[in-house]
Amino acid sequence: MSRVGTSGLQLNEKLIFEHSDAGRSGYSLPKLDVPPVRLPKELTRHEVTGFPEVSEVDVVRHYTRLSTWNYGVDSGFYPLGSCTMKYNPKVNETAARIAGLAGCHPYTPEHLSQGALELMFGLQNALAEISGFQAVTLQPAAGAHGELAGMLMVRSWQEAKGGKRTKVLIPDTAHGTNPASATLCGFEVVPIESGRSGVLTAETVAQFMNDDVAALMVTNPNTLGLFESDIKQICEIVHAGGGLVYCDGANLNALMGIARPGDMGIDVMHFNLHKTFSTPHGGGGPGSGPVGVAEKLIPYLPAPIVVKKGDTYGLDFDRPESIGRLRSFYGNFGVMVRAWAYILSMGADGLKFASQMAVLNANYIRSRLEGAYHLPHKHRSLHEVVFSDANLPNDCHTLDVAKRLIDYGYHPPTIYFPLVVKGSIMIEPTETESKEILDEFCDAMLAIANEAAENPDLLHAAPTLTRVGRLDETAAARQPCLCWLPEDYKA
Amino acid sequence: MRYIPHTEEDIRQMLAGIGVNTVEDLFSEIPSDLRLKCDLNLPEALSEPELLRNLKTLAAVNATAENHLSFLGGGAYDHFIPSVVDQLISRSEFYSAYTPYQPEISQGTLQAIFEYQTLICQLTGMDVSNASMYDGASATAEAVLMAARVTRRKQILIADSLHPEYRETIATYCKYLGMDLVAIPFKENGRLDRAELAVHLGKQTAAVVVGYPNFFGVIEELAGLSDLAHAQGALLVTAVAEPIALGLLKSPGELGADIVVGEGQSFGMPVSYGGPGVGFFAAKQKTVRSMPGRLIGETKDINGKTGYVLTLATREQHIRREKATSNICSNQGMCALMAAMYLSLFGKKGIREVAEQNLAKATYAREAIAAVPGFTLPFDAPVFNEFVVETETPLDALMTRLEGMKILGGISLARYYPGMENRFLVCVTEQHRREDIDLLVTALKGGVA
Repeated sequence: MSRVGTSGLQLNEKLIFEHSDAGRSGYSLPKLDVPPVRLPKELTRHEVTGFPEVSEVDVVRHYTRLSTWNYGVDSGFYPLGSCTMKYNPKVNETAARIAGLAGCHPYTPEHLSQGALELMFGLQNALAEISGFQAVTLQPAAGAHGELAGMLMVRSWQEAKGGKRTKVLIPDTAHGTNPASATLCGFEVVPIESGRSGVLTAETVAQFMNDDVAALMVTNPNTLGLFESDIKQICEIVHAGGGLVYCDGANLNALMGIARPGDMGIDVMHFNLHKTFSTPHGGGGPGSGPVGVAEKLIPYLPAPIVVKKGDTYGLDFDRPESIGRLRSFYGNFGVMVRAWAYILSMGADGLKFASQMAVLNANYIRSRLEGAYHLPHKHRSLHEVVFSDANLPNDCHTLDVAKRLIDYGYHPPTIYFPLVVKGSIMIEPTETESKEILDEFCDAMLAIANEAAENPDLLHAAPTLTRVGRLDETAAARQPCLCWLPEDYKA
Repeated sequence: MRYIPHTEEDIRQMLAGIGVNTVEDLFSEIPSDLRLKCDLNLPEALSEPELLRNLKTLAAVNATAENHLSFLGGGAYDHFIPSVVDQLISRSEFYSAYTPYQPEISQGTLQAIFEYQTLICQLTGMDVSNASMYDGASATAEAVLMAARVTRRKQILIADSLHPEYRETIATYCKYLGMDLVAIPFKENGRLDRAELAVHLGKQTAAVVVGYPNFFGVIEELAGLSDLAHAQGALLVTAVAEPIALGLLKSPGELGADIVVGEGQSFGMPVSYGGPGVGFFAAKQKTVRSMPGRLIGETKDINGKTGYVLTLATREQHIRREKATSNICSNQGMCALMAAMYLSLFGKKGIREVAEQNLAKATYAREAIAAVPGFTLPFDAPVFNEFVVETETPLDALMTRLEGMKILGGISLARYYPGMENRFLVCVTEQHRREDIDLLVTALKGGVA
C-alpha cells in the first residue's frame, strides 16, 4: 500500500516573544493629523510589558511555520466522529470577505443593512425548511450556546405552564455539553442508560418520565451513528407527560432531505453550521449554533430575530416572553454567510446527495473494517460508525491506534467517546471523501491492526514522524504553565 | 456536485461492498412515516459565478465604512487591519483544523493560542487567560458565574454604564440560577456612582461588574473600586469592549481587577455585522481551576522536547459533564489567532500608537462637536475613543439628515437608556482623518458637505 504519511524537513520556530528585539515593529499608520492628547497620569500605563517587538517579516514567517505543524481538512482525511469535518468550500471564504458584508456595522440602521438582514432571513427560512421547525434563531455562537438557548426556552415554557419541573433526562450517549447546558438552566440531570442495542427505547423513556421531568435531550442520529427509531413514540410519551424534547443537531448531516427532526415531534434543536453546513472549524471556532423551534416555543426565542414586513427586513426586539439575548448583536454573521453560500451552492438535491453519500461512506468504512475492529452495535449505521479496541492484542489500545494513524498521514477519529463504548473509535468520513481515500484509510487501519498483532511497539511508540512525540499531559495539568514569562521572571 | 467526488461506478462498488442494493437501503432504520415524502423547498443550486453575483448584489445594499463616513462603535469597532492578518489566517492548516485534540499534529494552533493567552495576560495585567470565549458579552456572563463559584455568593452589582447588551446577556445566563442582579447607576460625569455602590456592597456580594471604558466611552476609576469590592470579599470584574484602550490605559490587573473579560474584535477582525469576534477571559492564577473554557499549557514530549497541549480539562464539559465550570466547547479560536497576529504586528510600540491616535482623534472630534451650537457633552469624565453627545434637535431627524450626506453619525441611546432620547454615542478611531471629522462637524452645524 502507498502511505500518505512521510517525514520531511520541518522548521523549528520560537515563541513570538523570543523573536523580540527593542525597536522593531511590524505596522504602519498615517501620521497623526490632530493635536496629541495626554490622559491624566493616574489613568495611563507606561507600556504593555512583555509585548513583542518584531518586524512584519518575523510575523509572517512565524505564523507560516506554525501553520505547517497543523493538520486540517485541506491537509487530508479528518474522520473525527461527531465533528463532521467536511471540506470547507473556498468560495465561502470569498463570500464572507465581500466588503459589503464583512464591513457592515451591527448598529447600521435597518434600512441601510437590508442586504445583511435579507441574508439572515433567507438562512433562517432555509434551516427551518431543512429541519421541519417553525422558526429559527441565528444568535447562538456555537452548538453548546444553542443548547443553552434551547434549554432556557424549555425552562421558560415550563414556568409559563406554572410547572416547577426540575429534571432533564439525558441518555448516556450524549455529548458532555448536554448535561452542562441543562445545569446552566438550573435543571438537575438524570442520566438514562441507552441499553445494549445503543438505541433508546420508548419503554425506557416511559419508565423515567414523571411530573418532575421538564425535558428529554436526545441526539438523533445518536453518537453511535444510529437512528433513534422510536423517536416518534418517545416524543409522544414525553409530551403526554408534560415535557418537551430537545434534539442535539450535531448529526444532522445524516438527514438532510431524508427526514426532518421537526416532523418527528421534537420541539427544539440546535444546528452546527460549522459541521453540517461546511463552515470551517477554525482550530476550535468560531462556530454558529442556530436553534429551530416548534410553534409553541416561538415566543421564547432570543431577541432580536429577523423579520420581514412587506418588502422590508427588520430586527424584532419587542418580544416580551423572550429568554433574552445570549450575546451581543445577532450571532456569528460571518459564519452565517459561509453557511448560506453553501446552501445556495448545494440546493435541495445537493444537500440530500450530501447526506446520502455521508451515510454511504460511513457504511463502506464499516464494511471494510468490521472483523478487524470490534463493532459493538449492529444496527445499520448512518453518517458515522463506532468501533472499539476490544479485539486488539498485545496491550494495544485505541490511543495507540490513533497515534499510529498519524504516522500513516491521517487525522485520527474521535476516541474514547461516546463513553458507553469502552475504547471507542468513532469514525465520521463525511460525503466529501472519495472511495480512493476511504480505501487508503481502511488499508491503513487494517495494517495497524496487523501491526498490533505482529509488532505492537510500532503502535506504542507512535507517532514518530511528527514534530513532537506523545506529550506529557499529566505534567501539564499538575503544574500548569499557561503563559510565557521572560527568563528573568521564571527564576 | 463539485464538493462530492462519488461517481456512479464508485457508488455501485461501495454498495456492493456493503452488501445492499441501493442507497435508500442504508436508511432502512428510519421508519417510513418519518421519511420526507417531497423535496426540500430551497432555492435552486447556484454555480460559483452566480453565487458570487447574488451575494455581491445583497452586499451592495449595505452601508459600510467604505461607502459611508461612519462613527458607529458601541462594542464593534472599525480599525485598520494589516494585510498580513488576512493573508496568514487564510492558511487553511489553521482554519480547516478542528479543536486541537491530537496535539502531535496541532502544534501550530496550540503554540499560537499559547501566545494569544500570553498577549492577553500582558495586556490585561492578569496571570492566566483562556483560549477564548464567544464574545465580550458572553465572556462577561461567564465571569459573573465564575465569581459566584469562587465566592459562593449570589449577588452581582452591575454598572448601568456597562454595555447594555452585556447586561442583557448576564441576565439571560443567570435567569434560572437564583442570582441577585443589582443595577448600579452612574453619576452625572458618566462614571459609576460609588456611594450607590457602597449601599449595596456587602458580604453577600460576589462581584462588581464595570466596563473599562464603559458604554459611554468613559474611563472608570478602577483603583478604589477594587479596594471597595475586596474589603467585602467580592471580586472586581472588568469588561473591556474596546481593548485598543488597553494600549494606553493602566491595566485592570494593575488596578486590582480579579477577572478581566472583553471583546477582541478590534484586534484584526472586521465588524462583520457583529460577529465573529472573540471574547477574551483572564483571571488570577489562584482561581484558574474555576475558569471556564479551554486552556493551553506548555509541557514536554517523551523525548524532552517542548510542546503544547489542552490542559486542566477536568474543568470542562466533556469530562465533568453537569459539574463542568461551563458548557462551552467550540470557542472563537480562529479569531483569537487573528488577535495574536494583529497584536504581534503592532507590538509594544504599535498598540501604544494606535491607542494614542484613537484618543487624540476622539478628543479633537469631541471638542469640535461641543463647540457647535445646540450640541453638548453630558458627561465630563475622561473618555477614550467614544463619547456621548446631546442635541437639541430631534435625533431621528438629525440622523436622517446625516444619512442623506452618507454619514452614519452615531448610535442613538434611546433604546437602551430611557430618558436619553436626545443623546447619541460617537466613535472615532485611527481610521478617521481630520477632514472626516471636520465633515461631521460641518454636517452637524447644518451645513452641506
